[in-house]
Amino acid sequence: MKRVALHAALVLGAITTLAPLIWMVAASFMPAGQATTYPPHFIPRPATLENYRILFTRLDVARNVMNSVIVSFAATGLSTIINAMAGYAFAKFRFRGRDPLFRTMLAGLVIPAQVGMLPLFVIMKQLHLVNSYWAVIIPSMSSIFGIFLVRQYALSIPDELLDAARIDGASELAIFGRIVLPLLRPILVTFAVFMFMSVWNDFMWPLIVLSDDAKYTLPVALANLTGEHVQDTELMMAGAVVTLAPVLAAFLFLQRYYIEGITMGSVKG
Amino acid sequence: MRWPVLALAFLVTACGGRDSSTVTLKVWGLGREGEVLKELLPEFERQHPDIRVIVQQIPWTAAHEKLLTAFVGDATPDVAQIGNTWLPEFVALGALAPLTADSQDYFPGIWRTNEIGGTLYGIPWYVDTRVIFYRSDLLAAAGYKTFPTLWTDWRQAMVKVRGDRAAILLALNEWAGPIVLGMGTRAPFLTPDGLHGAFQEPRFRRAFAFYVDLFRGGLAPAVNNAQVANRYQSFATGEFSMILSGPWDIGEFSRRLPASLAGKWMTAPMPAPDPPAPGLSLAGGSSLAIFRRSAHQGAARALIAYLSEPAVQVRFYTLTGDLPARESAWSDPVLDTNRYAAAFREQLRHVAPTPQVPEWEQIVTAVARYAEETVRGDMTEDQALEALDRDVDRMLEKRRWLARAH
Amino acid sequence: MHTSRAAYWFLAPALLLIAAFFVVPIFASLALSATDFDIYAVASPANTRFVGLGNYTELLQNPLFWTAVGNTLYFVVVGGPLSVAVSLGAALLVNSRLTKAKSFFRAVYFVPVVTTLVAVAVIWRYLYDPRFGLLNYLLHFVGVRPIDWLGNPHWAMPSIILMTVWKNFGYNMLIFVAGLQAISQDLYDAALVDGASAIQRFRHVTLPMLGPTFLFVSVTTMIGYTQLFSEPYVMTQGGPLHATYSIVLYMYEEGFRWWHLGYAASIAFVLFALVLGGTLIQRRLRR
Repeated sequence: MKRVALHAALVLGAITTLAPLIWMVAASFMPAGQATTYPPHFIPRPATLENYRILFTRLDVARNVMNSVIVSFAATGLSTIINAMAGYAFAKFRFRGRDPLFRTMLAGLVIPAQVGMLPLFVIMKQLHLVNSYWAVIIPSMSSIFGIFLVRQYALSIPDELLDAARIDGASELAIFGRIVLPLLRPILVTFAVFMFMSVWNDFMWPLIVLSDDAKYTLPVALANLTGEHVQDTELMMAGAVVTLAPVLAAFLFLQRYYIEGITMGSVKG
Repeated sequence: MRWPVLALAFLVTACGGRDSSTVTLKVWGLGREGEVLKELLPEFERQHPDIRVIVQQIPWTAAHEKLLTAFVGDATPDVAQIGNTWLPEFVALGALAPLTADSQDYFPGIWRTNEIGGTLYGIPWYVDTRVIFYRSDLLAAAGYKTFPTLWTDWRQAMVKVRGDRAAILLALNEWAGPIVLGMGTRAPFLTPDGLHGAFQEPRFRRAFAFYVDLFRGGLAPAVNNAQVANRYQSFATGEFSMILSGPWDIGEFSRRLPASLAGKWMTAPMPAPDPPAPGLSLAGGSSLAIFRRSAHQGAARALIAYLSEPAVQVRFYTLTGDLPARESAWSDPVLDTNRYAAAFREQLRHVAPTPQVPEWEQIVTAVARYAEETVRGDMTEDQALEALDRDVDRMLEKRRWLARAH
Repeated sequence: MHTSRAAYWFLAPALLLIAAFFVVPIFASLALSATDFDIYAVASPANTRFVGLGNYTELLQNPLFWTAVGNTLYFVVVGGPLSVAVSLGAALLVNSRLTKAKSFFRAVYFVPVVTTLVAVAVIWRYLYDPRFGLLNYLLHFVGVRPIDWLGNPHWAMPSIILMTVWKNFGYNMLIFVAGLQAISQDLYDAALVDGASAIQRFRHVTLPMLGPTFLFVSVTTMIGYTQLFSEPYVMTQGGPLHATYSIVLYMYEEGFRWWHLGYAASIAFVLFALVLGGTLIQRRLRR
């Protein structure tokens, strides 16, 4: 009895959780006007690809998809390498001021991103980077959280392994590339998944720094569409599907890493 | 072995070589006008084979901030459509290039909004004002064959004609309501030097009281425009019989109202608080302006000249319903015979500019906000106007400092 | 552990990025908040004045600021605990020994977390439509009259809270699951032997053992919620009647709409102070 009640609750919870997303998909295939009827429809009658057609032809959403892809992959790739290097250095090297520096850096986790956005915009302007991919990529690349994750993980790399390689005459860079990186692979994948989702979903900063709709990432393009086409529910839902499909797909295939990253991050307390 | 290399070299020169004398113009269009702009361009590009135009469309809700952000971020286009009430702001920034043009064929009230400090900074592209769209059948049934011309009659008509919901739709988050009514009473809004608010002045008080009273009397629903899911539907079913709106709705009404409504609606100029009618309305519209930093000012001027040609203006009108800024375009049969446009033509002869201060956009946002709070009962009219003046004074403080310092 | 110059080379890219694009902007914000830098100053830097704490005093006297703070705190204080409670509930359900297909349910509950906030806000905007939205449709089956979710100033913030809880509960659920799994089964067995009922076991074993996790989750969630922006931006533009006007939305409007950059920077620092305060409270409570 208890088992039935438990599973009933779980199933009800699952339906509640997924219902908005299911409605979104259904509405995206409805002809114009069908989503704003009373009582609401759940099944498109007839199902149509018209909304997607409009998105990809008249509204050129494919370009926004490409922008999101470029920005997300670039930021993820670059930040993974950069933060791996820094995390490794904090874990496996001794240098002056290492611990105070690490602690100060961690304190920075508390500061909300919005605090620096105004001057950051002005900096981007001075560098003539406003409205470019780099304006979105560069600030995403620095991740204190990433450095922390890598450092914690890298602590467990045996020193003997590294020292042996040094005695053999290998350069630090070679040691990093051939020994450390492969060992760090699990945490780096976790970090990469995190970073990818975070950059893909980022809204406020790209909203501020991109002014050209040819450069908009998907979230900004979607918000832009809302301003203009708020009466066209079905079209907006198609836009939402296009925005969400990649992250949902990434989640489905990579959920293990993402979930690990969260639980690991919380262990720090 | 040489063939592939030669072929490659041939391909590279054939495909890679672009005529370096082609100019690429970047143009920003706002809202629907931005969409339509793309359709007007092929003809221009045919006439000017050395100019290529790329249009970017920006929704109105984000336009003001995007334009400013682009200016601050050094990412401005060559030409932009700019709402004429925003021109003073951009001129204060030194963002726009001065222009020279002949004002003869343009509505004088509109032309004046493009001249700031005696210099011309924009060419009017289309004009805009606010008039009343109304259900002529419902008003006739209530005894009004023509639309009332004075505020007292207007209010009486509203009382007689109120439907299930109300008589008139005035979206609370739009500043047009109180401001247009204020123009009717010839309220100055700001002190003559443009350095202090004058919203507690009797003329604006009168307009504000009239506005708020429409809501309190149940004649206008207390909603903002996001809450009206489909205003065309509501207008058709008679939930309200009047809307304060602009020229774009001529086209939208024709497109979105059911066929049964044909011939049952009409436009009328604003009623006046006291004779003579009609009341003044907004000298609105958009202008085309060239950014000072543009490297292609000659091409930009050519584009603007093209878009200002009466024939192109007429075509633009047929595509958007936006009214041409050039009076000669109005003689074209398509407009001349348009009975809905007649009210606009009359109104455009009775328009007033708003104060040409850069803070105007911020000021009217505050006006809408205080109006909404008064309507919803959070403040009395006196409190609202006093708070509004205080806010406006604060907004203008920098301007006062600059005026003193120079 | 190795001492070497190489360390600096490994650190350099990351630290330079952090310095240039994180640290410098923060100090610049502080400096900016002491000036009246605005659009006139953008046109010509000579139009800047040093105002010291002037922006802050103006801020504290501005009713709109207090509205924003009030709304944000409303969101944090109501939304935070609600979200945590739902997360805990979900964690208990998913983690129960009786549950089949644990990872399936865990994944399903987590899906909203990875979704793009803007897309979610757009979807929920339609769900909340007073006439055609799914929510009012479902409610009318239980006899509830249509609610104007996003148009009624009293319902607007609860609407955003509801949507945010839906979106985020999966995240904290995972953390709770990890915390629950860390509780030794022996403790439960001992309680069973003592004759404790399910509810008593929950109160006397689960809750105390979850204490640190609970605290961590609550504080980090509430700190995150102070940064409320995208939801009101997309769904209500801070309305109706400023009912959903948050601190970050205020900063965005003042900074990127009206270009009162100096003033906006002071808002940003107030936000920072709030977050800092919250973090310090967390530290204090951990002892």
